[in-house]
Parts: sequence; C-alpha cells; structure tokens
Amino acid sequence: MHPAYSVIFFTVASGAGLGLQVLLAALLLAGHVSPVSPVILTGLGLAFVLISGGLLSSTFHLGHPERAWRALSQWRSSWLSREGVLAIVAVGSLALLIGSAFIAPLEALRPLGIWGSLLLPLPTIAATAMIYASLKPIPAWRNGWVVPSYLVLALMSGALWLGAITAPFSGILPGQVVFALVSLVAGAVVKLGYWRRVDRPEAAMRATGLGPAGTVRPFDPPHTQPNYLQREMGYRIARKHAGKLRRVAFVAAFVVPLALTLLSIVLPHWPAAGAAMLAAAIATFGLIVERWLFFAEARHVVMQYYEGE
Amino acid sequence: MTTLPKSTGRKLGLVIDLDICVGCHACAVACKEWNDGGSGGPLSDLAAYGADPTGVWFNRIHSYEVDGAGSGGCGGGSSGQTVYFPKSCMHCETAECVTVCPTGASYKREEDGIVLVDAETCIGCKLCSWACPYGAREYDQVDRVMKKCTLCVDRIYNDALPEIERVPACVSTCPVGARHFGDLGDPDSAVSALVEDRKGYGLMPEAGYGPVNRYLPPRARRDREQAAAVTLPADLCDDLSPDNRLLKWVDRLFSR
Repeated sequence: MHPAYSVIFFTVASGAGLGLQVLLAALLLAGHVSPVSPVILTGLGLAFVLISGGLLSSTFHLGHPERAWRALSQWRSSWLSREGVLAIVAVGSLALLIGSAFIAPLEALRPLGIWGSLLLPLPTIAATAMIYASLKPIPAWRNGWVVPSYLVLALMSGALWLGAITAPFSGILPGQVVFALVSLVAGAVVKLGYWRRVDRPEAAMRATGLGPAGTVRPFDPPHTQPNYLQREMGYRIARKHAGKLRRVAFVAAFVVPLALTLLSIVLPHWPAAGAAMLAAAIATFGLIVERWLFFAEARHVVMQYYEGE
Repeated sequence: MTTLPKSTGRKLGLVIDLDICVGCHACAVACKEWNDGGSGGPLSDLAAYGADPTGVWFNRIHSYEVDGAGSGGCGGGSSGQTVYFPKSCMHCETAECVTVCPTGASYKREEDGIVLVDAETCIGCKLCSWACPYGAREYDQVDRVMKKCTLCVDRIYNDALPEIERVPACVSTCPVGARHFGDLGDPDSAVSALVEDRKGYGLMPEAGYGPVNRYLPPRARRDREQAAAVTLPADLCDDLSPDNRLLKWVDRLFSR
C-alpha cells in the first residue's frame, strides 16, 4: 500500500499524544501532582499539539478536506467515522482539562476532563487500528496483532514523552520508569509478533478464478501506463530494503530507548533529563519507520490482477 | 446511509463470457464515452496525449495466459490459451466499500442492488478503494472524489432511449455478445439460466463480499488432445540449442 506521509504522521503523532493524555489523566487521578502544576500543563499542552496536529494532517490526504465534517456521520458502520467521533470527544476532554486550569468557571468540570482523558484515548487508538484491521483485501492488516500494536505503541511513546517532560522538572517518578520499561518490552513483543504473522505464507484468495484451467500468467495489462490502483495499492519502492528497515525500526523504537531509559535511572538530574528526551525523540523516529513499513509492506489482493496470482 | 440494505428487490449485474471475449476493449471505451457525458461525468484524463497518460476508467480488460496440461511445441510447451478478462464493479451484496465510507456518500440501492457514490458528499478519503478486492473504485484527480461503475443507471431506466438500448453501454456495444445484463436475483431470468448452464462463477468468493456479477469460464479446447499429440520434427527444436561448438561459442558471446 502507498505510505502517505500525512497518514504516517497522523498515526504516530496522535498515537503518542493520546498515550500521553491517558498517562497524565492517570497521574492526576492518583493525586500525586496538581492539575495546575507546570509539569502537567506542559504535558497536556504537548498532548494537545500532537493529537490536533495529527488530526489536521490526516485531512491533508483527503480530496475535499472542507467536507471532513461529513466523516462524523456514519459511525454505525464505518471505523473511520467512529475514529473521528472518538478523537473529537477525546480532544474535547483534553481541552476541557487545560481550560479548567485557566478559566475559573470551568474548574467544576475538571473531573469530567480527567475521566474523559482517561477513558476516551484508548478506544480512539483502537478505532484507528480497526480501520486497517477490518480491510479483508489486505491480509497483512487483517490479524489480531494490529489493534494491540497500535495500543501498546501509543502508550509506549506516550510514556517516553511523559518521561521527557517530567525529567527536567521534578526528575522521573519511579513508577513512570517501570511503566516505560514494561511498555518498551511489550512494544517489541507485539511488533515482532506482527512481523512474524505477516511473514507467514497464507492461503491467498485467487483473483481470476481461472485456476482450474491451468497456471494463470498476466499477459497484457489493461493500460499502457500504471493506473490509480497500481499507484495506490502497488507500492513497491524500497520494499526490497524491508529487512534492513525493520532492524532500523526495532533498534530505534525499542532497543535504544530502553537503554536510555535505564541510563536515566543512574544518571544525575540534567543528564538524565537529556537521556529521557533523547529516548522519546529516537523512539518517535523508530515508530515513523515502523509505520512506513506497516503501509509499504502490506499487499492488496487487487494487485494479483496485475502481477499474477 | 452506509449500512447495507438487508436484501435488495433485484440484483442487477453483468454476466461476462470469457469463452468468447476477444479483448477488443470496446466495452471499456463505450463505458468511458457514456459516463464521461453522463451523470457521473466528466471522467478526467491527465496528460491524455503525453508520455504518461492516466485517467478514470470503470472497466478494464486484463488478459492472461492460462497453461493447460499438454506438451505441444518445443521444450515441452503447453497448449495454453489467452483469456481476455474484463473487470468492473461487481455490485456486491456485502459491499464493504459502502460500509467503510465515513460520510454516507457511498450507498447500495435497496430496489436493484446498484452501488453508487454521491459526488457531492464524497470527501475523497479513498478508503472505499482499499476495501474493494476487485479494484472497482476510481479516484478522479480533477474532481477529487471517488467514482465507479453505475451499471449505467442513467441508461437502464431511461425512457428517452429505445427499449433495446436500456442496458449498460458496455453490454450494448460488445461486438461478440460476450456481455449480458439482467437480474441475477431472479432464478428465472435469462442471465441466471446462462449462469446455471455454463457454471458461471463469482470472483474471490473467499472475500465474502457476495459479488453479483458472474463469469462464464472458457470452454475446454477441442484441439487440446490434438495439440498434445503433435510431435514436432526434432531438428526444428534443436535449432534453438546449437550443437556446433562454434555456434555455441557465438551464442555465449552474444548472450553476455
């Protein structure tokens, strides 16, 4: 599938923002920190920028971005529509949480903002993943690893960004480091599981149904030049580097951030803060490569009509 | 509404005879011509006379070489055949291109099962084209919306046309009569009888989309056994692999 940069940026950025939002809401509920403290407000602000920036970027690949509001109407059947509705309510509760720190009349609604921020982001991420996981013509996406991958990777990047924010202020909280380490290991496990599943050959659908007559080979394509379908679904550039890119994604998204997070425990305050920030930035780079592969490696069955069964 | 109707009154669709299609592309051209000026048009073309032309097509004609069992020809080749394979929207019963649509621009008609797109409300997110295993959805780069085969909905119910022309343009134009149009939900219709008689099949039933269109498989070739029985003169085939050392050397030289 064609890896559109707007969609890669959207899923990585809003995933990290929504993960961060959940963790901040959990911190507030635990009562360790004040909802108006600079560290929390910085975190909420970053989450807001990541989520809304991602959502905005996702409209760039639309033919008619000005009609995007219509996408909120078909939540009964469409995962894309459900994602849109959930994302807007999630961002709304985040905005309420931020607003309650500055606008006195909104203070009474703060619990609503906290609970919304705790409960809505994960279903939003799951809905994004279901857009892909529900597509039957793309076998690489139609498996049980896609939804867990999106959820775990969002929480993982959220945890790393939370570390990057809390480290300069107050130092990293012990529970936070444990969560970040667990999520890094979980992220590595689900991604390896996904890649293993994708590499397993499976009984493919046969496009033409001519199989009983003999071996089917494409003879002459319908057009002299590639058409919309081949450009959108037949993405092959750099697929031959997939193995190398997987290693790059794995090291950048999981191995290096894990090492840096461990390092931040033993380092003094400022170097530890530097390590935490570096961990978040490198993991985000790794996730961008991982997301690029998610699209570029997935094959659509329609290409059988062009490339053979 | 992108939820699908529980059942449709009729199941209008196409039956395509792979045995007699000659791959002339007339159906694709007639489709483009009609729909370019019809309610869904224009169907944009970009760089139509340039080096890399591209455009919107609702109907495409693939062609395949199908190897049968056999050993005619040099090097144990087969008595294969060429199959021309026109492909357009299947107007599926479980059309997931419709259910994934976030705006309601895609819909399946309850009265006849035709799948359509409302160009006024489509946002051009292309998700429907991802959800279609048959490649029936097209993105119009000029109008920036999705377009697709309408089964010539503006022809088949058109009272201004003589009755004989109230069929999709592709069916009307086919010079060999390889395309048929009718109600595949009615077991007594002419198309259903044809499907029954020729063991017509739907494409990729495993996908579970319930495609309505049917393909009539190529008939077994009468000359297959004859072709297999023919033994070519040995020297005819040998010419391709020279025995002569000099020729072998020249062959290797030129093969570099």
